[in-house]
Amino acid sequence: MSRVVLVTGVAGSFASMFARRLADLGEDSGISKVVGIDTMVPAHDIGRTKFVRADIRTPVVGKVIAVEDVDTVVHLDVNPPQRGRSGGVKELNVIGTMQLLAACQRSATVDKFVLGSSTAVYGSSPRDPAMFTESLLARNGVRTGFPKDIVEVESYVRGFSRRRPDVMITTIRAAQVLHPKVATPFANYFSNPVLPTVLGFDPRLQFLALEDALAILVEAVVNDRPGTFNAAGEGVIQLSQAARRLGRPVIPLPPIGFAMAARRFILAMGSDIPPDLHRVLTYGRVVDTKALREIFGYELTRTTDEVFDDFRTTLRPGVLAVLGGRA
Amino acid sequence: MTDERRTIGSGGKPGRGNGETSPSAAARSLAGGSATRKPVTKAKKVAEPAPKPTTSRKAPAKKAAAKKAASPKSPRTDTPPAAGAAKKATDPKPRLRAVTEEDAAAAAAAVAEEAARRTRTAGAAPLSAGIPLDEIVVALIQGAQRVLGTDWESRVATLLATLRQRLSGNYEVDEFGFDPQIAEVLTAAIEPLAEKWFRLEVRGTENIPEDGGALLVANHSGTVPLDGMITGYAVKKYAGRNLRPLGADLVFSLPLVGQVARKVGATLACQEDAERLLTSGELAGVWPEGFKGIGKPFAERYKLQRFGRGGFVSSAMRAQVPIVPVSIVGAEEIYPLVGNVPSLARLLGLPYLPITPFFPLLGPLGMVPLPSKWIIEFGEPVRTDAYDPEAADDPMLLFNVTDQVRETIQQTLYKLLVERGNAFF
Repeated sequence: MSRVVLVTGVAGSFASMFARRLADLGEDSGISKVVGIDTMVPAHDIGRTKFVRADIRTPVVGKVIAVEDVDTVVHLDVNPPQRGRSGGVKELNVIGTMQLLAACQRSATVDKFVLGSSTAVYGSSPRDPAMFTESLLARNGVRTGFPKDIVEVESYVRGFSRRRPDVMITTIRAAQVLHPKVATPFANYFSNPVLPTVLGFDPRLQFLALEDALAILVEAVVNDRPGTFNAAGEGVIQLSQAARRLGRPVIPLPPIGFAMAARRFILAMGSDIPPDLHRVLTYGRVVDTKALREIFGYELTRTTDEVFDDFRTTLRPGVLAVLGGRA
Repeated sequence: MTDERRTIGSGGKPGRGNGETSPSAAARSLAGGSATRKPVTKAKKVAEPAPKPTTSRKAPAKKAAAKKAASPKSPRTDTPPAAGAAKKATDPKPRLRAVTEEDAAAAAAAVAEEAARRTRTAGAAPLSAGIPLDEIVVALIQGAQRVLGTDWESRVATLLATLRQRLSGNYEVDEFGFDPQIAEVLTAAIEPLAEKWFRLEVRGTENIPEDGGALLVANHSGTVPLDGMITGYAVKKYAGRNLRPLGADLVFSLPLVGQVARKVGATLACQEDAERLLTSGELAGVWPEGFKGIGKPFAERYKLQRFGRGGFVSSAMRAQVPIVPVSIVGAEEIYPLVGNVPSLARLLGLPYLPITPFFPLLGPLGMVPLPSKWIIEFGEPVRTDAYDPEAADDPMLLFNVTDQVRETIQQTLYKLLVERGNAFF
């Protein structure tokens, strides 16, 4: 059975790459058509993907699904706030998901829904277990910003799965992708010449390789993999360790008022980070990917360490690299 | 060689000056101010190092002559050359040294030390002319040999390599944030505290499994959770394994403390982390009394509090690992808690705000732990593999095992207290 796939948020750098990858697979893998939808024209090449300029926050999305006979929806339009798109992110994330799910619920053709979620759903707090498995809930740190959005988005998707039990739902909770071509908050953060950190905290971080992220989502579309899965490179890297590898000096700022101070600081350096990144920069977050390996059946190709090192080589070495940064 | 050693008290009557009204050269150089005199002493210094190795016998005589001006009668200065033992002659001032070392390394190290002191005391005087560079290098090398042993070169190289590795971030931490290198350094740093200050005595290390998971359950006391650190040290030192402590969430919300705790292997005391550690074959440590244990008043010392809700037993049962009861004696006396400021503690978000006999009174000095005598006894393991993992859902069984572990620790505490006698001596 060949599939017609709808990819939301296709103007985003990651979603456009994914749409193109999917379109290139073609009929051999059972993909007959890929439809991309977004409010902006994609800046990147999306290959043979059919682009529809529409807003998923409006009922138009239902018509797109009906007209194109979409049977698989890949929802990638859930993004942390980014430069130039910071206004109304909540609108886009939460309201967009609601409208999209409403359209899917009405549709008779949709039988698969893939959500590109984020590990931000686990929040970040000192009461976190060392590693989150899929069954654990956030302890704290999901009251504001993007983590709150993502928790709401996932709860809407769960509601949808109750109302349409016949639709197969795959939720991929992915760690941040670290790649020069993909704009993620951490990629922005690490490209600053000086890194503001929280005084007295050294968070453990995880990253996901772009190649792995794309492969996991393709796998979820092409094959049937219902369930919720964490996706992140094996192992962890500490923020201090990351800064040393980059050879970039850190500026420890006091925890109280860190969000504001760090944002100012980074704005002054000509870059930007979302204000809700500060919790991750304080307490970190690590997830368990056992289910991805054993139930989903995907072996991650890159560890967090390797992902970070690949990313590091694309950046200019920092000023402290002379102290013995990696060759 | 060590002409510079002839400084204070090396000539004249011991203790009470040299009988002259004008201060000795040594005293002047100590005073530091007189620039006019310095060149003289300096010049002597420059002259002497060269002839010294060959004319070892002449050196003391010359020194004695030089000293004549300052101290006309110093009978002792003359005697050593007169006695004339070749060995003595090599050592220019036998009286100053308590031990007559013959190894050149020691002497060279002393020279380096002396030179360093000179640079400090002499201030603006142009010393570079006076100190032969090669001698300093030799002294440094020999000093390094003395401190680091004969294989000092490789050890210094290792040290530098490690430092470089740390600076370039080229090291691994596990998922919990455990950094073995930092843990090693901290273990070494705690050693004097444990062995010299607390005079730690460790018993029953054979009860710690050599490999595989085990849950160490200990009593908690001492206002500041030093007992966790010392237990970790004892396990590392005497059993050669890394203890992975399970800490309260307060630990991880405190700046610096949480960071260091993670790096030495601690993680949050919750079911998930405990089971993850135990099933992966690690040695986890838990202090189930929690804040009720460390924050109890001094009058209630060594009375075990409630052992949490027995969560540690269910974790051990699910992972099918033995429970090792650990009794710690000595931690109660390090900071005797005589008072508490609950209102201020609540304001700061702390479980209690301690008042010890010395703490707010003496300020930072009050934060020095009292040197009590410590005994840590690792008891006989309680097997949990006799039960099925499903037994972890039977609360009655959990309470029974919890009680068994608690009673074991309490009885051992009483026994150890009797054996220890006085807490401090």
